[in-house]
Amino acid sequence: MSELQTAPKSRRLTELLLLVLALAVGVGANMLVGLDQDRAFDQDFFVQGLTLVGLVLAVHIVLRLRAKYADPIILPIVTALNGIGLAMIHRLDIATGDTAAARQLMWTGLAIGAMVAVIWLLRDHRVLRRFTYISLIISAVLLMLPLLPGIGMELNGARIWINLGFATFQPGEIAKITLAIFFAGYLSTNRDLILLAGKKVGPLQLPRWRDLGPMVVAWLVSIGVLIFQRDLGSSILFFGLFMAMIYVATSRISWILIGLLMIAFGGFVAFQLFPHVTARIDSWINAFDPEVYNRIGGSHQIVQGLFGLASGGLTGTGLGQGRPDIVTFANSDMIIAALGEELGLIGLSAIVLLYVLLVTRGVRAALGTRDSFGKLLATGLSFTLALQCFVVIGGVTRLIPLTGLTTPFLAAGGSSLLANWLIIGLLLLISDAARRPAPSGPAGTGHPPRPERGAKRQGAENRTQRTTEVKQP
Amino acid sequence: MLSDLAVTALRFGFLILLWILIISIVSAMRRDLMIGQKTKTGAPSARQVRKNPELAAQQPSPPKVHARRLAVVEGPLAGTTLDLAASPILLGRAQEATLVLEDDYASGRHARLFPQGSRWFIEDLGSTNGTYLGDTQLTRALPVEPGVPIRIGKTVIELRP
Repeated sequence: MSELQTAPKSRRLTELLLLVLALAVGVGANMLVGLDQDRAFDQDFFVQGLTLVGLVLAVHIVLRLRAKYADPIILPIVTALNGIGLAMIHRLDIATGDTAAARQLMWTGLAIGAMVAVIWLLRDHRVLRRFTYISLIISAVLLMLPLLPGIGMELNGARIWINLGFATFQPGEIAKITLAIFFAGYLSTNRDLILLAGKKVGPLQLPRWRDLGPMVVAWLVSIGVLIFQRDLGSSILFFGLFMAMIYVATSRISWILIGLLMIAFGGFVAFQLFPHVTARIDSWINAFDPEVYNRIGGSHQIVQGLFGLASGGLTGTGLGQGRPDIVTFANSDMIIAALGEELGLIGLSAIVLLYVLLVTRGVRAALGTRDSFGKLLATGLSFTLALQCFVVIGGVTRLIPLTGLTTPFLAAGGSSLLANWLIIGLLLLISDAARRPAPSGPAGTGHPPRPERGAKRQGAENRTQRTTEVKQP
Repeated sequence: MLSDLAVTALRFGFLILLWILIISIVSAMRRDLMIGQKTKTGAPSARQVRKNPELAAQQPSPPKVHARRLAVVEGPLAGTTLDLAASPILLGRAQEATLVLEDDYASGRHARLFPQGSRWFIEDLGSTNGTYLGDTQLTRALPVEPGVPIRIGKTVIELRP
């Protein structure tokens, strides 16, 4: 794993300037939405605009206080995406009479609050390494929650929600963060063992069977999510996350090959056994078949999205002037189609580019930070964002089967917004550690050495049996 | 109600604003890279040497001494030596460590010595009391020359040719 250095310079001013532009994009989009209907400057517009500006500037101030050297580009990108998402949800509300934008705004506030809490309280991402196995347990609990009778609930064929009384929540969204923490902690500790042991077959070094354990666990988790929760998207996301992280940790192609074999096997079995997977693939390949199109849960949604994208053309119909509300779930699953219709190819490619830039900043933080746990965590988290975008945008544009993942920051959905803002909080912290000038100075100025916890006990136990302590692997 | 012309102008204006945002982000990133280049540490590339011949003189190539053994100089295990193979070495109190340090001030997985190219590097693995190479505490992986002491808790080890 390599390292990159930047000059130790806090670039908060750059961030502020970019934030002004990003807020102009977000608020401008919201203004254009109502312009045609003579409701450009109504109460909703002012509430949403001012809340967004206030929240984001608060984050900026917190960064100035607590994470001075954090990456200056991440926050403006996320602000722009969140603003565009709010505007589009507001626009669809006007068309359908829903109140999703108000809920989205409330969740944005909550998510930003949670992120500020993470930055303020955590300070150093390396603390999370201590919670490696705890986060595995938390992930398992979070993934089990929707299956429990009583609080778990099924919506649109997937059992991934829990009912909190006042709102519904998708615990799987948080599980992707805790799983990333677990994988990063596990792999940064066991990297050498996984790297060194194992037979060599041709150009590939195969891992040992017992090092395959976590890979198999990740695979079983993904398959479990697929069978019990019927959520194809999350199962792809979890498996992809682990495969990417183990590849980054070991730089062994053999892991990718093993992973792809497992996906091919799992995918084939799922295609044969589960009707919902078969139906998804059918309405992807035969989307324009009238029979598939008219079937309940068939390709109606995806084809309407494609028609929307087509009518948008190169420059789009303009915000508030298309008919994106015809598509089912236009403000969540299909928000990319809605944006493509009203902003056109030019606008949609700008949005995709914003995601690309966001992911590169995450990877940049991974390259810059000095500890292997931080490197793996930042890579894993940015890869999650990238994979989510790929699965959603690929699904909407019919490159791959459509699955139920949310578009980060754009789509209506509180849990996804909360999880993604938390990811941004962690990336900001890691980038702060990466760009902060390294403490240098002579030894002895620091703390006096402290005995390790449990050192005495372990030392006494082992003193008798350790005569020849030198082993070679 | 705005005129159609104004609505169209705003519509294109928004797309332009979106791209202005992207262009500003990319130019901010570009500046970031340039700053990184100026302060970059490490050996100059062949191309930089060709352009500025004085760079080559500043960087005398380190003498090629290959470390073959690791020796414990001080601490509970003093006198132990270990032949170096081409594989990383885990130092710490944990049983799975390559060199199990019987040192109360060492962490379970304290540090890692690994070969890269013709040199050995040491990296601290998040230990409680830190790892020192010479007098400096490690904050990232650093190359180890033979004869330079590495201190872990009360143990001092060094590489021998």
